Amino acid sequence: MTSGLWELVLKGIWVTVQLLVLSSLLAAAVSFVVGIARVHRLWIVRFLAGFYTEVFRGTSALIMIFWVFFVLPPAFGWQLVPMWAGTLALGLTYGAYGSEIVRGALNSVDPAQVEGGIALSFSPWQRLRLILLPQAVPEMIPPFSNLLIELLKGTALVSVMGMGDLAFSGNLVRLALQESAEIYTYILLIYFVIAFLLTRLMRGLEKRLKAGIGEVPEKSVSQQELGRPETTGVGGGVV
Amino acid sequence: MTWDWSAVGDFMPHFWDGLLVTLQALVLGSLISFALGLVWALLMRTPTRWVRWPVGVVTEFIRNTPLLVQLFFLFYVLPEWDITFSAMTTGVVAIGLHYSTYTMQVYRAGIEGVPAGQWEAATALNLPMTRTWTAVILPQAIRRVVPALGNYVISMLKDTPMLMAITVLDMLGEARLFAQQNFQFTEPLTVIGVAFIVISYPASLLMRALERRLVR
Repeated sequence: MTSGLWELVLKGIWVTVQLLVLSSLLAAAVSFVVGIARVHRLWIVRFLAGFYTEVFRGTSALIMIFWVFFVLPPAFGWQLVPMWAGTLALGLTYGAYGSEIVRGALNSVDPAQVEGGIALSFSPWQRLRLILLPQAVPEMIPPFSNLLIELLKGTALVSVMGMGDLAFSGNLVRLALQESAEIYTYILLIYFVIAFLLTRLMRGLEKRLKAGIGEVPEKSVSQQELGRPETTGVGGGVV
Repeated sequence: MTWDWSAVGDFMPHFWDGLLVTLQALVLGSLISFALGLVWALLMRTPTRWVRWPVGVVTEFIRNTPLLVQLFFLFYVLPEWDITFSAMTTGVVAIGLHYSTYTMQVYRAGIEGVPAGQWEAATALNLPMTRTWTAVILPQAIRRVVPALGNYVISMLKDTPMLMAITVLDMLGEARLFAQQNFQFTEPLTVIGVAFIVISYPASLLMRALERRLVR
């Protein structure tokens, strides 16, 4: 491989990382908003949030990407820059999965904690901010970590739309060299390294957050795997 | 927004073709992933680390890299090594292999969930190893993991559109072809999007019901 082709791969990595950061931010925002809405007092809020989750989780991420690229522009008369279109499609889809994680974690907080908050006449917002979230967020980290890996894998989908991400640069190099074993091995390895770094990062985060509420991270993931009835599921152990 | 019902009507014959291909890929992919996942899970329980280590590394690698790139890898690299499959076969193998690394964890959880007393009873009854597995451990383990496996079938369903990238005419492939031929993107893409929800939502409800019945 020549250095010019490596440059292409580096550009691909940069696009993938950008897309990963942007869409994970959007997905995180969506997860928290929708996930919290799913435990709201009013049934209509819960219903709408549930509807959102089922629709975006029910369909395929790739179809969502096609939809955002091809249906949205003529339907609403505006066109998105590919980066934002990709971010939107991935963020909304994976946010729907994330909202299930948030909801599950909020529900897993001991109800006595909330009752204590009511007894101390905390407002609903204070209860959420001061009681529920600090205890629920550390629980969310391991499943979020898995979801982040799924999102990383999902970013490869935008290459189908011709966006120059890592997978797409792999295709370009294949066409240039007329030889695919080497470049695809490299591409897979690069994805694996990024995924590995993300896992480490999330594990560190979990450790810090759990230390904040006086707990240590659990080792076993096997029970987590069985206890995931609520999801139609991407990825391992999304609770 | 313009919505043209006649385009929907024109698309429907292609839709059914695509649905058939999608379901074929799904069924075959699931079978591969169920079988291969069990093999991985059992290999991970062998006493020697010379087996566990390579299996662990390989499955971890497959699980953490995008299915799309794996599809490209199999589709473009295997012919270079003089192994040629049809696009459909390649896709089914790739999906099956990719998801076997997930089902492997499910099986592992199921096997670990079998109470230690069952193992001890099997030892006390002097059952041979194969009999212990086939008659005692696996029936109990698999019963518990059926809903979790079902959930992975549903996520597999949602990954089958990727086969389009290696020229398989699944639902998305048919929709894209139709859209490019007729310059109507809205209708076919929306139809298949809705179709996915219509299939996967009841399926997920079914899995939840199964969960309540089988896992206690």
